[in-house]
This record gives sequence, structure tokens and C-alpha cells, in this order.
Amino acid sequence: MSILRLALKSLNNRKTTALLTIFSIAVSVALLLGVERLRVEARNSFTNTVSGTDLVVGARSSPLNLLLYSVFHMGNATNNITWQTYQELAANNAVAWTIPIALGDSHRGYRVVGTSGDMFTHYRYGDEQSLSFDAGKPFTDLFDVVLGSEVAAALGYDLGQQIVLSHGLESAALQKHDDKPFRVAGILKPTGTPMDRALMISLEGIEALHVDWVNGAAPSALFSVSAEKARQMSLKPTSITAYFVGLKSRIAAFRYQRTVNDYAPEALTAILPGVALGELWQLVGSAENALLAISVMVLVACLVGMLTTILTSLNERRREMSILRSVGARPWHIFALMITESMIYGVAGTGLGFAILYGLLLAIQPVLQASLGLHIAVAMPGTFELVLALVIIGCATVLGAVPAWRAYRNSLSDGLTVRL
Amino acid sequence: MPVIDLSNVLFGWGSAKPVLDIPELVVHRGETVFIRGPSGSGKTTLLGLLGAVLTPSAGQVRVLGTDLASLTPVQRDHFRARHLGFIFQMFNLIPYLSVVDNVTLPLSFARDRLEAVQRAGRSPQQEAERLLGHLGLKDPALLERPVTGLSIGQQQRVASARALIGSPELVIADEPTSALDADTRSAFIRLLFNECEAAGSTLVFVSHDRSLESLFDRCLSLNDINRAAGEAH
Repeated sequence: MSILRLALKSLNNRKTTALLTIFSIAVSVALLLGVERLRVEARNSFTNTVSGTDLVVGARSSPLNLLLYSVFHMGNATNNITWQTYQELAANNAVAWTIPIALGDSHRGYRVVGTSGDMFTHYRYGDEQSLSFDAGKPFTDLFDVVLGSEVAAALGYDLGQQIVLSHGLESAALQKHDDKPFRVAGILKPTGTPMDRALMISLEGIEALHVDWVNGAAPSALFSVSAEKARQMSLKPTSITAYFVGLKSRIAAFRYQRTVNDYAPEALTAILPGVALGELWQLVGSAENALLAISVMVLVACLVGMLTTILTSLNERRREMSILRSVGARPWHIFALMITESMIYGVAGTGLGFAILYGLLLAIQPVLQASLGLHIAVAMPGTFELVLALVIIGCATVLGAVPAWRAYRNSLSDGLTVRL
Repeated sequence: MPVIDLSNVLFGWGSAKPVLDIPELVVHRGETVFIRGPSGSGKTTLLGLLGAVLTPSAGQVRVLGTDLASLTPVQRDHFRARHLGFIFQMFNLIPYLSVVDNVTLPLSFARDRLEAVQRAGRSPQQEAERLLGHLGLKDPALLERPVTGLSIGQQQRVASARALIGSPELVIADEPTSALDADTRSAFIRLLFNECEAAGSTLVFVSHDRSLESLFDRCLSLNDINRAAGEAH
């Protein structure tokens, strides 16, 4: 009988403690892997969203704030950019394309993004991907709306359906733009970016919604402009919230940034998304590190727990060791038996930990996507995971050397005497 | 060549008076030898010397012609695994192994004994079942049972099969019958003799129970062969 089989049978004999030990290691492994996975995936998700954008320009504010509201639809803009300024800066020689963005309306908790057709031709996310349609096409009519994949899925909307947008962002007590319903013209494929949770209409559509509003208040019935009437008017956007910039050459990024920041007629901020993201990671980095440190501590505690379990079992197994010695096992066999036991704990704990993690990921992936717009890829374990697994198994084995050494010493001193 | 040959063996724990002082002890091949001694007379120490667990402070312990003191600890372990089978007083089975796994255990630590079984054209499993059968454990249902479910007498027979598997030259039994009642005791010893004879093993049997003496080829009193005993008692 091999040492491995012997160790397995011995563990099987102590099933309850063995399973509990394995389970505790598994939970801590899943925790550590999960924290790391979330960290990496959250960063990837954020980075992917802005991967194709060289600069983001908005009213003067902190870079982080601008990044969060313009790209990730978190928080609110401090101010707008006038249409004229936008036209002027977009005409800069260094600029290849721009995508204007007008925020401020919503639909059942999802943000409405006023933009132009450039969104569908120039916006790039992830690995140089552009937005593509699951159904329909970009907006052409004044009252056309394009839905992000998740909006369509969560609210069950189809092409051609009429929907009503709301003024403002809070989900309660909103004033509805119910005099001007929109028609679903297109539904995007999932992107894993905040676009999945947005509704896109033309800038003119935004203008039409507010054409009869005065000082941010809804018009009285007397002055309201009907949808049909709005259609007749020649609507021109007067302002936007921010715009994305693609440059002809990235080398020009700093120069263009300075041009924007120094723009005299209006106080503006241009940010390099990567730099702003770096700021964000610095901000959340210490929290991440704390979380990671806690997970490592939990893992260490569990490994020490394993050590305690094995050490405690040593005395009651002294007889077992003596019997093995008397049938010919050498002290080396006893050592190997104990080390093998720790390795089994390590391997089984790590394996089960991976299983728990992947099970959980599969279970919470849709939830995260829906509630946070965070796309967690359930991919095969990467180098980090494999290295971590090896380190954990290695640690368990090294720790196992402690009881193994004691059992080895015991077996030498006990000889073949079977103590009662 | 005698199986066991002790000459002028002295053994003591630390600097204290020697526990054993045996000028001579010779056991020949195929003999069944009964060594009698009361508790504390140094029986276990003697078995330790024979089993190459202890080394004498003076004198020579030769087993199968090998001077045990000349072996390194590792060689002694190999020697023991290869040539010796042990039966202890009680509770000497591994509780989490099946009956057959307990019996075949020595074969995983001694290649020679495994080869001896294979030369006879049997698998370890078959050999274990054969030995158990000869020792009166034939019922297949019994062999499936965990060893902790067996009676003491059955456990001792399993332990005997384990000591005998792979035909070791020397079988050492340390009070194997003390937990058995009188009837099963002699039946057990007869079975043990038969199997030792079939395997060509020499049996050294240590006990304080004089009622068994008559069954053996030769009987020795440890107090007679041990000069240290006279001084101690």
C-alpha cells in the first residue's frame, strides 16, 4: 500500500476534522482569490471602458470627478460646455474625432446619454472594439433611442417600443417627459462597460425634451411645445456636458490638454483617462491592500488551524505510528505519511477553494453586471491563481513538516513499543 | 547457523545497573521457543534487542548471522522489515484499514517479502486470505468488516497473519494471548505453530503465562538466562 493511500485512509478515519480543516482552508483560499479577482476585474472593466479614448473634456472640476460622471455615469457634472466652445475645440488640428455627451435625464434609474452618431462610429472600448447592434440601428429620428444591452434586457424592451424619459437622475419623484415619447431604434450588444446601462438619444432629442423648459422647470400647459411642433423647429444643441476626444496622434495629448485647460472663454478640464484612473486606483488602493492583507491573514490562520489539528492528532496516533513501525515502516515513512497528510489538506483545500470561487463567480456574475455594471469574466485560472495555488500547497507542506518531524522523532524514541 | 545468537549481552538504561546480562542465548531455525518472565523482568527489552530497536552496551546480538550492532539505523529498519514479524499483546491493528489491508501492510515496506509472496504465485490479497483462512478467518463478510469490529481473538489472528505474511525468518510474539480466554488461547497457539512451520519461520514467544509452556519445543525462564535478574530480585 502506498503512503498516499495510507494517508487517505487515515484521513478518512478522521473524516469530520479532516473535512472541516479542508473546508476552512478552502473558504480562505476562495476569499483570497476572490478579492484578487474582483480587484483585477474591476480595474480591467474600468480600463476597458476608456481604452479607446485619448482625452475627456468637461467643465472645470477634479479629473476624477470628470472621469466618473462622463465615462462611468457616477455623480453629477459641475457645469456644461457651450456648443460654440465645443465646436471650436473639436476643430483643433490634432483632433481625429470627438463624441459629445449630454447628461441629466434618466429612464427608470438608467441614465440617458445625449450624443451624436459619432458615438457609434468612433467610440472604442476593450480591445479596440466599437459598439455593435444586437438589433436595430443608430438613432436617425429626433425621437429615436438606442438602448444599452442591459437596459433592454432588464426592462424587457423591444424595437419599436415607445418609452418615456424622465428629467433628472433620482428614481423617485421625477418629472416625466411624457409629452415626448421615444421609440426604441436599436439595442446594443453587451460591452461590459457603462454603455450597457445607458440609453442614447441624439443631442437634438435632448434639446427637444427641454425646448419648452424655462430655468430648469417644466412648462405650464399653456407654453408647452408638443412633440410634433418640436419636430418642426430647427433644434440646435446649445450645450453639452462633456466630450470624448480621439487624437490623430497620441503624442499631441499633452498639447491638446494644455490648449483645453488654458482655454480663456470657458473654464474647462481635459483629462487623460488613464492618468485619472491611476488617481482612482491610488484612492482605493489602500482599501484593496487592506482587503488583500485580511484575506492573507485568514489564510494563514487556517493553515495554522490545520497545523493545530495535525499536532493534536499526533498523540492519539502515536500507537498507529508504532504499529506501522513494527510492520516495517521506517521513520522516513512516518515523516512522509505526515507530510502527505498536510499536502492532501493543502491540495484538497485549494481545489475546493477554486471550486467555491468559480461557483460563486458564476452565481454572482449576473448580479454584479446588473447592479454595478461590473463585468467579471469567469476565465480559466491565470498565472496568479496557479502560482497562488502552488504557494498555498507549498505552505501547507512546509507547515506539515513540523508535525511530521515530531512524529519522526516520536517514532524513533518509541521504537516498536506500542504504548497504551 | 542459529537464528538468534546472543553472547555476553549487557543492556542498561543510562548509567543505571544493567537490566539484562545474558551470557548466552541460542535459538535454532524452526524452533518454537517460549521465554517466560514476570512483568518488569526485561522481556520487552530483550525483544527490543532482538528487533534491532535497542543496541546492547556490550556483547553481541546476532540474528540470522548478522551482527545487529554493525548495521546503521537505516539498515536495521530494513533488516527488521525484511526478516522479522511481530505480534503484540493487543490493539496492534491499524483501525482504519480493512482486515486484508492490515495483513498485507508489511509487504509495502519490504520488497523481499512481497517477492516471496509473488514467487509463490499469489497476489498479496490472495496470500492474506490464504493465511487468514488457515487461521480460521474464512468468512468473506468478516474480512470486509472494520478490524475494530472483530473480537480480541480474531484480532490476534489477523495480527498473526500479518506477522507471517511473506514468510519472515523470525516471528516475535509479545504476550499475544494475555487478552484471550483459556480455550481460545491454546487453539490460537496451535494455529500459530502450524503457520510458522508452513512458512519456515522461527517463533520466539514471550509471556508470563506458564500454562502455555508445554506446547513449545523449548522453554526458557528469562530469570535463568539473565544474570542481572538475580541481583535485581
